[in-house]
Amino acid sequence: MKTWIEKQKALIDFTLSSLARRKVKNLGMLLVYTLIVFLLASVMLFTHALRREAAEVLKNSPEVIVQRMVAGRHDLIPPGYLEKLGRIRGVQKKEGRLWGYYYDGVVKANYTLMAPSAEAPAAQKVADGKIVIGAAMARARGLATGNLISFRSYSGRLFSFTVADVLPHAAELISADLILMSEADYRAFFDIPAGYYTDIALSVANPQEVRNIAAKLAEALPDSRPILRDEVLRTYESIFNWREGIVLVLLAGSIFAFAIFAWEKASGLSAEEKREIGILKAIGWETGDVIKMKFWEGALISLTAFLLGYVAAYVHVFRFSSMLFEPVLKGWAVLYPRFELTPVVDGFQVATLFFFTVFPYTVATIVPIWRAAITDPDAVMRG
Amino acid sequence: MLFQPAIIALLLASAVSVAMLAAASPFAWELIRHWDISSGSERQLRLERRTYLMSTLLTFVFATQLVALLLFVFNADKMAVMFVGAMCAVGTLNANAFGFPALIAQIVVFFLAAAWLVLNQADSRAYDYPLVRVKYSLLLGILPFVALAFGLQLEYFLHLKADVITSCCGSLFSGDAKTLSGDAAAMPPRPALALFYGTLAAAIGAAILHARKLRGGYLVAASSALAFVAALIGILSFVSLYVYEHPHHHCPFCLLKPEYDYQGYWLYLPLFAATAAGLGVGAVQPFARIASLGAIVPDIARRLSWIAATGFAIFAAVATFMILQSNLILLEN
Repeated sequence: MKTWIEKQKALIDFTLSSLARRKVKNLGMLLVYTLIVFLLASVMLFTHALRREAAEVLKNSPEVIVQRMVAGRHDLIPPGYLEKLGRIRGVQKKEGRLWGYYYDGVVKANYTLMAPSAEAPAAQKVADGKIVIGAAMARARGLATGNLISFRSYSGRLFSFTVADVLPHAAELISADLILMSEADYRAFFDIPAGYYTDIALSVANPQEVRNIAAKLAEALPDSRPILRDEVLRTYESIFNWREGIVLVLLAGSIFAFAIFAWEKASGLSAEEKREIGILKAIGWETGDVIKMKFWEGALISLTAFLLGYVAAYVHVFRFSSMLFEPVLKGWAVLYPRFELTPVVDGFQVATLFFFTVFPYTVATIVPIWRAAITDPDAVMRG
Repeated sequence: MLFQPAIIALLLASAVSVAMLAAASPFAWELIRHWDISSGSERQLRLERRTYLMSTLLTFVFATQLVALLLFVFNADKMAVMFVGAMCAVGTLNANAFGFPALIAQIVVFFLAAAWLVLNQADSRAYDYPLVRVKYSLLLGILPFVALAFGLQLEYFLHLKADVITSCCGSLFSGDAKTLSGDAAAMPPRPALALFYGTLAAAIGAAILHARKLRGGYLVAASSALAFVAALIGILSFVSLYVYEHPHHHCPFCLLKPEYDYQGYWLYLPLFAATAAGLGVGAVQPFARIASLGAIVPDIARRLSWIAATGFAIFAAVATFMILQSNLILLEN
């Protein structure tokens, strides 16, 4: 074992000095390789972080949301509906929610208006005539705490609110376009009479009960539509995986080009390299040894490129908010939240990435390496 | 569901492996037919040169297959969130009829690939390449399995629909299920414990005996295969219960989940490595009498035996540690 390690160490040593002798050629290869890893790793890190973010956001959302449908469209929950739901076993808490959208012609964007839950702690409640706004909206309208803002409601009346607070930047991913107001203000602004709600949120303690409860709901209230948190999570997961997959497939062309490039580089041996291999074989190296040396060459280049590319992608995604891929992967909106993603590195993703980069490289270089290794010493030295 | 990065990676790896093996098989055939080490003809020289390419290529393909198995299981586990009713890899694999066959085919390819790599190692150390014909005949034999594994994987991933309600590990590995896995799970803990430790001890014993005295090479392979089966039954029947601290949850895949600190990898990696090494001991036995392998086969067999013994010992130790750590009381003394 020890001699084996010593032998590999000597081979690596030799390979390194041989690589250093042809700096320009190898640096070119390394650069392209790093770029490929960087591209793929950026896509993967970015989608993975978004997925994680979505899961984190949804963690605190209610397990089941019940909407009422009228002619296939989402409608308000009428008075008495909550009572009609009755007591469903397994449901810990049910409450009507009030939220809606408001189109602001000034910034040409939709706001999400919401009345905090009746059971929210006092600190989160909003007094009448006051609003708490999201950071992106504050930016768009140039608002700060204490400012006054007016909205023309859908009934044509003008409402003025004082900004009581701007939501922290950390929550921007979910609250970019949010306006929180008191229940009374909300009902007055949208002309929604007491007893009506936008939808109903149910909390369910046991995750395995969620489906049964949804089935019971659909039976008890045929005009309702239960939306499960698990379903939403699943959809996000699929969507992000799908987007990631599509981008990777689009990048397949570049992976392919890269493989051809690697093939070319590996098979285009310079006269000097050929002579080197010829001399090595003349002094007693076997074909197997040359292949091993070339293998170490590939491994060293791969590892360096992989590390450099991955670190660069990490910096790109988590430090510079992935400027290059944002438009494709993130979607867009007028009031788009500015957010920093939480850095997540996933072993599974590193393994997948490895398959996407090192695997094609190795496949592409096997035959050229072999061709180089079977070179006859006398043929090279004579030529 | 093809557009999942890991699925693309897996299919890419499988497809390239099949393509490489298929491309290599005409050369393998030529090698089998015309190989003659004593000849100095041009063809023989060409063939000899080509064996370098072939063995590098095959080593690479088979090494890929070993890693692909790990990625396949990991991927199945990760995708569980996307299926209604799935809570771990079982649900994902059960989402259509091809999941478990694909996994089993991948495991078979894993062991075949490992055995081939052992033979290759023995062959390349001898001066006259005594196993060339055997190696390349075996390659032709393994090719259908690799192709089958790829076909099953492709079918599996192509037919993967997110709207299928799949079954969770709770229903598949419950003692009431009338399946092989159900029977294994239903095995009462006491005999299962005896079987588990008995066969593991036998496998470790056989491996150590072979490593010391070079006797019973086939016994090592047989006992390793048995120990593999017994270990899986043991995991189903009681080890999983101790890990989950739940008397009815028999799933062998939930062990791999982050909720259980990926403990399963501590079990499965040594188990698979030990079994592969044990089978490798058996694979080289028929060639111990070849003159040029006279010193090499025992050396390789001895090393593999040590690996097998250590692997099984680690596996047993990890399982025992899990059982002792657990708060579950399955057997009352």
